Amino acid sequence: MSAAVTSTARAQAVAKERLRALAARRKPTSPGDRALSIVLTTVIALGAVVMIAPFIWLFVATTHTTSDIFSSPPALLPGPEFWNNLKGLLDSVKFGDAIRNSVVVSLLFTFFGLIICSAAGYAFAKFTFRGRDLMFGLLIASLALPGQVTLVPLFKIMVQLGWLDSYQALILPDLAMPFGIFLMRQAMQAVPDEPLQAGRIDGAGEFRIFFRLVLPIMRPSLAALAIFLFLARWNDFVYPLIIQRNPESYTLPVALATLRGIGTTDYGQLLTGTFISILPVLAMFLFLQRHFVAGLLGGSVKQ
Amino acid sequence: MTTLTTTSGSAAATRAPAAAPAPRRRRTLRGRHIPYLFLLPVILLFVGFKAYPVLYALVLSFTSNKGGVDTFVGFDNFARVFSDPLFGRALLNTVQILVIQVPVMLVIAVLLAVAFNSKLLKARAFLRVAYFVPIVMGLVAYGILFSALLSYNDGFLNFLLTSVGLPRVPWLADPNWAKVSIILALTWHYTGNNAVIYLAQLQSIPEELYEAAAMDGANRRQQFWNVTLPGLRPALVLTVILSTIGTLQLFDEPYVLTGGGPDNATLTIGMYLYNNAFKYFDFGYASAIGYVLTAIVAVLSVVQLLVLRRRAS
Repeated sequence: MSAAVTSTARAQAVAKERLRALAARRKPTSPGDRALSIVLTTVIALGAVVMIAPFIWLFVATTHTTSDIFSSPPALLPGPEFWNNLKGLLDSVKFGDAIRNSVVVSLLFTFFGLIICSAAGYAFAKFTFRGRDLMFGLLIASLALPGQVTLVPLFKIMVQLGWLDSYQALILPDLAMPFGIFLMRQAMQAVPDEPLQAGRIDGAGEFRIFFRLVLPIMRPSLAALAIFLFLARWNDFVYPLIIQRNPESYTLPVALATLRGIGTTDYGQLLTGTFISILPVLAMFLFLQRHFVAGLLGGSVKQ
Repeated sequence: MTTLTTTSGSAAATRAPAAAPAPRRRRTLRGRHIPYLFLLPVILLFVGFKAYPVLYALVLSFTSNKGGVDTFVGFDNFARVFSDPLFGRALLNTVQILVIQVPVMLVIAVLLAVAFNSKLLKARAFLRVAYFVPIVMGLVAYGILFSALLSYNDGFLNFLLTSVGLPRVPWLADPNWAKVSIILALTWHYTGNNAVIYLAQLQSIPEELYEAAAMDGANRRQQFWNVTLPGLRPALVLTVILSTIGTLQLFDEPYVLTGGGPDNATLTIGMYLYNNAFKYFDFGYASAIGYVLTAIVAVLSVVQLLVLRRRAS
């Protein structure tokens, strides 16, 4: 017993020694490499400061009055004005409405987009049918179409349908998002056929198979797509700008852009609104970073 | 659309009684109407909100609104596009921003990706987030933010310049600096995004290639030119084309930062289209501009694809 213990202990010690030797061999930290490492890290870190400086400046600005934001030297530390800015903001525009509109539109868009894009991706990846390649080709080709081309017709269509200022006008047109369908098709192609076949043999209906078998397997890709869809709708600007005419139906970007046009802009309020508008996506980004990256990459660069 | 639903309906009806003799079809992945059912929402939405508007725009581009009625005017709108000095100006502005911003951004992105992929860089995960996080900021938000940062008298950037003894820069008031500001904003926003795309591609380059190159005596620079860059090619093709399309359609940045000014220095094709449609309500002319822009995008994308593909082979 004790012999066995000592022998395993000895074996462990030997293994550790070997690992250390391996690690040492793999890491040839020559003085040149070490210097290069310091220089590289310093340069990249300085760049990183430049990249996040606007965020920090924005946060600080939300806690000051307009005159303090632009005083010389400018305020660099948080001040006491955040709640006043927020109160002024809620009084001067229908900011509460804008938040509600943005949240409702983005969530509904994400929910329906997930179902529609994954269903289409499933059909393209797992079925052979007439017109498949043509349909997929048309979807991908539409990616190259400038959004501005359909802006005027979409506006006219929405006028004819009486859908100006409506949620459906903001949700429906982009739901069949080519990029999302492409992403889902890629993800579905990696899913084996066997469980689906087994489901069919057990007599499960096609829609049951899709909702009970396919969607659960696709969960990681769905998370990526969800983030992508939410971000796209949350930040969308030009299209809501022409569709939403009534201030009560503005989304956040439209409300912020118009707030800037009113007489003398109160930058304390405007920047507070801006900060609030990026909080949800910023939080989502920091907590779900890995999915986020996957969502933006969409497997599109894999050869 | 109605024909589609009726055929799939009848297919379902005929299948029900004939289920027993045709078990093979059921078990394969070739249910005849099933894929169309899964695609139905996409087909309806695509036809209604993409194909129809695209054709509608084509029709509009041959009309002009005269006294509240759309009248057919032939190629008048297109002739006007090509003789319109303001369109020429917008095209020139767009191309100027494109040829400077896209290469600068992509070169920085490649260098960043190589740095992120190097074991010599410390705190890699943290630094990567810092470069990538600007992508979450919506265009309006960063337009507002940058216009405050770039203000001439009291903006933070000019404060930094003056505090080290440099003169103030008229970031948004001078025609040339206004373009520079747009380029800076675009670069801040999208560089990290492209770097992440490159990083994913870099990680797919097999380590053995570098080992083989090192064994052949290639130094770091030679490895970069002969292993890294060729390995990056698919991602490079993708990003060059996507960035070109995006910049040709540039609208949001000038809209929120400069309003197209000063003196039309940052008027882009996208802005000019928008102004014609929703400021002057000249939908016919705006649609013609849209189609010319589509043609430019299509031609440039195809040319780039051919050039970049050929160089690869």
